[in-house]
Amino acid sequence: MTAPAEELCALTLRQAGERMAAGAVSSLELLEASLARIERLDPALGAFLAVAGERAREKAREADGRRARGERRSVLDGVPLAVKDLFLTRGFPTTAGSRVLEGYRPPYDAAAVERLEAAGAVLVGKLNMDEFAMGSSNENSGYKLCHNPWDLSRTPGGSSGGSAAAVAARLVYGTLGTDTGGSIREPASFCGVVGVKPSYGRVSRYGVVAFASSLDQVGPIARTVEDAALLLATIAGHDPRDSTSSTRPVDDYLLALAGGARGLRIGVPREWLSGGVDPGTLAAVRAALDTYERLGATLLDISLPHSRFGVAAYYLIAPAEASSNLARYDGVRFGLRAPGHGLKEMYGETRDQGFGAEVKRRIMLGTYALSAGYYDAYYLRAQKVRTLVRRDLDEAFERCDVVAGPVAPGVAFKLGEKIEDPLQMYLADVFTITANLAALPALSVPCGQDARTGLPVGLQLLGRPFDEATLLRAARALERETGAFPAPPEPS
Amino acid sequence: MPLSEFEMVIGLEVHAELLTRSKIFCSCSTAFGGAPNDHTCPVCLGLPGSLPVLNERVVEMAVTVGLALGCHIRPRSVFARKNYFYPDLPKGYQISQYELPICLGGQVPFTVDGAEKVVRLTRIHMEEDAGKNVHGVSADGASGVDLNRAGVPLLEIVSEPDLRSADEAVEYLRSLRAILMALSVCDGNMQEGSIRADANVSVRRRGSERLGTRCEIKNMNSFRFLKAAIEYEARRQVEVLTGGGQVEQETRLFDPDRGETRSMRSKEEAHDYRYFPEPDLPPVVVPPALIERLAAALPELPRARSQRYQEELGLSPYDAGVLVSDARVATFFDRALSAYGAGPEAAKKVANWVNGEVARLANESAAVPGQWKLTPEKLAAVLRLVDAGTIGGPGAKKVLEEVFRSGADPAILVMEKGLAQVSDEGAIEAAVDRVLSRSPAEVERHRSGKKNLTGFFVGQVMKDLGGKGNPAVVNALIRKKLGGG
Amino acid sequence: MSLSLEEVRRIASLARLKLSPEEEERFALQLSAILGYVEELRALDVSGVEPMTHALSAGEAPPVRADEERPGLGAPLAVAAAPEREGTYFKVPRIIE
Repeated sequence: MTAPAEELCALTLRQAGERMAAGAVSSLELLEASLARIERLDPALGAFLAVAGERAREKAREADGRRARGERRSVLDGVPLAVKDLFLTRGFPTTAGSRVLEGYRPPYDAAAVERLEAAGAVLVGKLNMDEFAMGSSNENSGYKLCHNPWDLSRTPGGSSGGSAAAVAARLVYGTLGTDTGGSIREPASFCGVVGVKPSYGRVSRYGVVAFASSLDQVGPIARTVEDAALLLATIAGHDPRDSTSSTRPVDDYLLALAGGARGLRIGVPREWLSGGVDPGTLAAVRAALDTYERLGATLLDISLPHSRFGVAAYYLIAPAEASSNLARYDGVRFGLRAPGHGLKEMYGETRDQGFGAEVKRRIMLGTYALSAGYYDAYYLRAQKVRTLVRRDLDEAFERCDVVAGPVAPGVAFKLGEKIEDPLQMYLADVFTITANLAALPALSVPCGQDARTGLPVGLQLLGRPFDEATLLRAARALERETGAFPAPPEPS
Repeated sequence: MPLSEFEMVIGLEVHAELLTRSKIFCSCSTAFGGAPNDHTCPVCLGLPGSLPVLNERVVEMAVTVGLALGCHIRPRSVFARKNYFYPDLPKGYQISQYELPICLGGQVPFTVDGAEKVVRLTRIHMEEDAGKNVHGVSADGASGVDLNRAGVPLLEIVSEPDLRSADEAVEYLRSLRAILMALSVCDGNMQEGSIRADANVSVRRRGSERLGTRCEIKNMNSFRFLKAAIEYEARRQVEVLTGGGQVEQETRLFDPDRGETRSMRSKEEAHDYRYFPEPDLPPVVVPPALIERLAAALPELPRARSQRYQEELGLSPYDAGVLVSDARVATFFDRALSAYGAGPEAAKKVANWVNGEVARLANESAAVPGQWKLTPEKLAAVLRLVDAGTIGGPGAKKVLEEVFRSGADPAILVMEKGLAQVSDEGAIEAAVDRVLSRSPAEVERHRSGKKNLTGFFVGQVMKDLGGKGNPAVVNALIRKKLGGG
Repeated sequence: MSLSLEEVRRIASLARLKLSPEEEERFALQLSAILGYVEELRALDVSGVEPMTHALSAGEAPPVRADEERPGLGAPLAVAAAPEREGTYFKVPRIIE
């Protein structure tokens, strides 16, 4: 490919938007550069499940038309983006990474997709993911593996693996993922990009295929904190079609970015840094905390005594809700139907053929946790533990503004390394799960590279309810100090 | 007989479709009928990514019913998912209420065999209706699923097992239906399934305090079927017990063609609904201000209205009861009465016509009171024509039928169709003379004691007058002429 | 916490999942391990603790909708993705009650 195209792909979202506004590049040029790069790199990467070339070109031309008439809608107008295949896109295949929805064309768009398109964004395609968002490695995709752009033999993380890989590999300028137990933050950490899980209720879940209704949240993945803030500002806000959507006004995230870290009180949970974390990851996290201190922030030792029970609580609550949310995939009204059976067999056969092993496992787990005689001991108890986890954080936030720690116990692991042992995979969610259970905002910002492997390490920041602004401000302060995180080495 | 050693114990779960314009969790129309799946959207179709949004009118109606029935209204209630698989249940779960329903307690008064009874309620909750499975939609015997009804709001009203006979169950349901219609929350149309009842039936030896094993008979939408089903089921259970067996707890369906109940699901199908609070909907909050507003707006309920009719208008309990069984009819009666007159005599007259001829015409036409072409004022006009002697009973019926059909003005109708009866004494006397003079034998027999021949003469005179003789005048003149004898 | 094959089959039936014998065995083992792990929650004292069944904090305006009807998708679009349809019905194998 010609150098200029590669240069275009290396821009941040903000830079791409500004160049278009200045007339230096058209949306169509940006798009063609993206599409060419996707064609070249994605066969090895596996980030995309579907590319909407023609549809995107049409949108790009429309954006260029608006620009020519002086009718630009936003900084995002004309910028190529992509979304996790969990978001419904009207008339365009939406699979949730599952065979049960192979070829499914929904009759409506997700709210977040509507908002991006209303801002003028050009959606390039749908991104690979763990089936129904269940997984931490993208290895549960019903279609194909996704690879980490830093090392193709490793996982990009999950469940929003494709969303993180596509941004890290500079295939598009930003993506949307979802985070139920860490599915934005962990891939962002593994791929060296920024990923934000907003507070529960900050972004509408309308049109997002549901996994665990009380935990799912939509969020941006981007190269820089500012890009992530731009995307979040576009999708956040009340939606009357989602009864769990918050009516709280949306803060000015961009304004908050410049705040700096001076005076920030950062709580560091002692349980999170006391073993169980790879040395390389721990070192990078500690280095970031040292940087914050140099910038004038105060580090405080806090305790989250119940956070270690979070995995157990999560792996009862999420599968329980999922077992109910996935009952609609029955072959009756849409999606896969196993042919040639009576009604009773149709259900079992359809779901057997349509669902992969992890999905089946979680449906079984969730069904068990809700079933008669077990509800109190499992589901109900887990919901009470959830309250305890939240209380720990409420107490912590009386003394600090953000809570900081690792995103994951290590860097991106090798494909195939953990897939045989589901429980091992689950345990790695220990740090991210806390924010989902507590319904709090959290993000991952790259903070260094693992000394041994050179792989990216992310720092996790958690905030008060609806205080994404402080999180973004803190993340930006770190990023400004350490410099933008590098792109992975270009494949030959 | 063994049957009399046992008593039956019945509780009813009544599902009432609410008269909202849109469904409980989406804005699709609740209108009955329409092409299959025409009134659907991603939410009621259970498409991926869809989310429920509560219709505020459903809460208002639930609170209204709760207030009318003396329930405790929970300030905070919670929706829950009831999980099971069935083609007419698009999400694979029904959004209902489980541990924390909107209303608790309450009672429903009704009358059976002249005695007044009260049945306690356990609870009332809100939920969504399922769609419809239609059998044999294609030549290969496949079934079809129509989700127009999926998401229609329902109130489930659960009674304590206080009912002791099929007749009580029927009268309870009638009373409840009348109340729901009086509150304008349900149209009471049982053929269309606006009200459906499940009956929990068990039997026990008389004098026993313990409840027997119960069976649930599902989805009855007629009083006749309800009565037949309960009676059959009670007999069946008694037979099982007296035969030394045990009643199995199960769900049964009533087969109206055979007059029997039969088991609905296989025995292994244990109902583990795995209820849990609906995470997509926050708890329902009912503020005191809403309760006050709705309480102030409660209309007169059937029982109170019936009492008033009896006390103020002197109507019989029966007549009053029939009127209030449909609030719209009772309102029609009120308006007709105020257009016609006052006092017990007037009330009785109007009530007789409304409960009699008007009811008959209404049943035949299937039009609901709001749609009748016969207005209360026009009924009053007909009655005044009768009072004036312009038409007699049979004539009035003819006029009423025509007005019901076309909405024509009664007085004009009488004139145009020449329905006026002959009341003129002179004309009638002439007819009586003609009849008596050509029937000397009968006159003789009447004179010698066969007084029942009066009817014969009346008939003959009416024939002579083309059926239009004023019966009162005809009778009076015949007696006068035959007089002395 | 050990799950028997019989329990696995019962749960699979409730969830309408058809499992192969091999899957049944594998799930029995894996689910037993997971359930064994979550047993640690029993050690916690949760007396008097309210379950967090709804994630959105209190104090939000109640999300209710006025009772107005809006046109839906219309029958053709509603059944457009149906694996099988008959007219505008979703067609399914014969339902026996």
